[in-house]
Amino acid sequence: MTTPTPQLPIYLDHAATTPTDTRVVEAMLPYFTKIYGNPGSRNHSFGWEAEEGVDHARDQVAALIGADPKEIIFTSGSTESNNLAIRGAALMYEKNPAGSSQSRGHIITGTIEHKAVLDPCKRLEKEGFEVTFLEPPADGVFTAEMVKNALRPDTILVTLMWANNEIGTINEIPQIGKLCHEKGIIFHTDATQWVGKMPTDVEKDNIDLMSFSSHKIYGPKGVGALFVRRRKPRVRLVPLSDGGGQERGFRSGTLNVTGIVGLGKACEIAKAQMSDDAARLGTLRKRLEDGVTSQLDHCQINGHREKRLPHITNISFGFVEGESLMMAVKELACSSGSACTSASLEPSYVLKNLGVGDELAHSSLRLSLGRQTTQEQVDYAVAAIVKAVRKLRELSPLYDMHNEGIDLSKVSWAHH
Amino acid sequence: MAYGPKIIDHYENPRNVGNFGKSSEVKDRKDIGVGVVGAPECGDVMQLQIKVNQTTGVIEDAKFKCFGCGSAIASSSLATEWLKGRSIEQAAEIKNTQIVEELSLPPVKIHCSVLAEDAIRAALDDYKTKNGITAPANQAAATH
Repeated sequence: MTTPTPQLPIYLDHAATTPTDTRVVEAMLPYFTKIYGNPGSRNHSFGWEAEEGVDHARDQVAALIGADPKEIIFTSGSTESNNLAIRGAALMYEKNPAGSSQSRGHIITGTIEHKAVLDPCKRLEKEGFEVTFLEPPADGVFTAEMVKNALRPDTILVTLMWANNEIGTINEIPQIGKLCHEKGIIFHTDATQWVGKMPTDVEKDNIDLMSFSSHKIYGPKGVGALFVRRRKPRVRLVPLSDGGGQERGFRSGTLNVTGIVGLGKACEIAKAQMSDDAARLGTLRKRLEDGVTSQLDHCQINGHREKRLPHITNISFGFVEGESLMMAVKELACSSGSACTSASLEPSYVLKNLGVGDELAHSSLRLSLGRQTTQEQVDYAVAAIVKAVRKLRELSPLYDMHNEGIDLSKVSWAHH
Repeated sequence: MAYGPKIIDHYENPRNVGNFGKSSEVKDRKDIGVGVVGAPECGDVMQLQIKVNQTTGVIEDAKFKCFGCGSAIASSSLATEWLKGRSIEQAAEIKNTQIVEELSLPPVKIHCSVLAEDAIRAALDDYKTKNGITAPANQAAATH
């Protein structure tokens, strides 16, 4: 390699979390020690100043997504936002009460949603709701047509993510929202990977409820928001917890002022930088993918090639086992997923649902780029991945068998 | 997975990687014993080949290939080291527990050593079958 080695390890896991922007940290600092009042305290300046900070953040967050500030509910993050939206809407809009012999209502979601969506849906299913888990097509993109075909007269809620966290694919959210509005069905989207990365307008995009998180967009961890539409329709939710009635009664509990201020600043920065970031990271991602796929055979980029976020790539490598691949690229901080069950790695249900595991012995890397990712880092990552896969294939009896023309799916393996 | 230094060493510098020919080429060679164990969907496939001096019954060389985790690669690499120079009778005495001990395999990776023992047994059996040597009295069934 002619380029100098960048500092190791290299962080390529921005879909998991991002470093907090120093400008965000600066904005937060006064709220720890100087402006430490409870925004709920109405009788003194300490409370008023804290409230001003929260209000300003609420404006910044609303501006990023085209919402009214009153429509922003601060939470502890996307998991809580998803739970509040899904459970809160289901309980509010149920067709029949709990204990009734009939279904309490029908909910539509997808099999490759995040666990923070799947598990609340599964819990509701146990409690008397009926849930349709839509299977994704091979490219991972859910369309309005697929949702339309699953609609029932008793459908009360559709919840589908905007962009997938493992493969970055983008669903037809504005069209699905339009369909739901026509049918009078509440529409929630988990936009954790989307907001702050891609332009969002909850009006044009027909969103009723939208979850997103601070730490995915260079803000602090432990804070997020739920957009709750106030008009056309005015969405109501049953709160998950009872208490002081903060956040319009949707989310009781003293506000995480420092976190909220940080989220606000992160949103302001994201709004200004989003388009430049996307263009730069898209170019780097292409360099990464081209570098890897031009040097290695039997590798596959998962998910739709165009309809996906610019900073995430998920690549499967044939004839290489997942854990040893992770060991071989240990200087890269990234996520791994295998479509097949192995003793060493949990299989990725997302890849499995996409049918990636239909070919035996694949393992995958999810690499997600961010603001601090450089071209040198990407070049280093390409070289490291190519070297690792070549080394492991040199060791792999399966790669030999494949090259000898043996169909691995027809071999009778000694199963344990 | 936090591995000990011996596993890392075998993983990073695997010994005796390779084979004595394609599976079709070694199929009828009486001096070569081949063992292939595991399954791709379990995440481990080990291929072990031994080259035996048919006069002395001593394993002159051993080669492996492995699709699997770091422990599986280390276990099969170690197995080839231990096989070289042993008679086929002595080779049959290698136990998975010895591999566990030598590599300090973590408990969740014990199955890798079992697979390595299975691969040794399979390669020895293949050699014996090809040469009309009757199965040993100790028919410890490798069931698990």
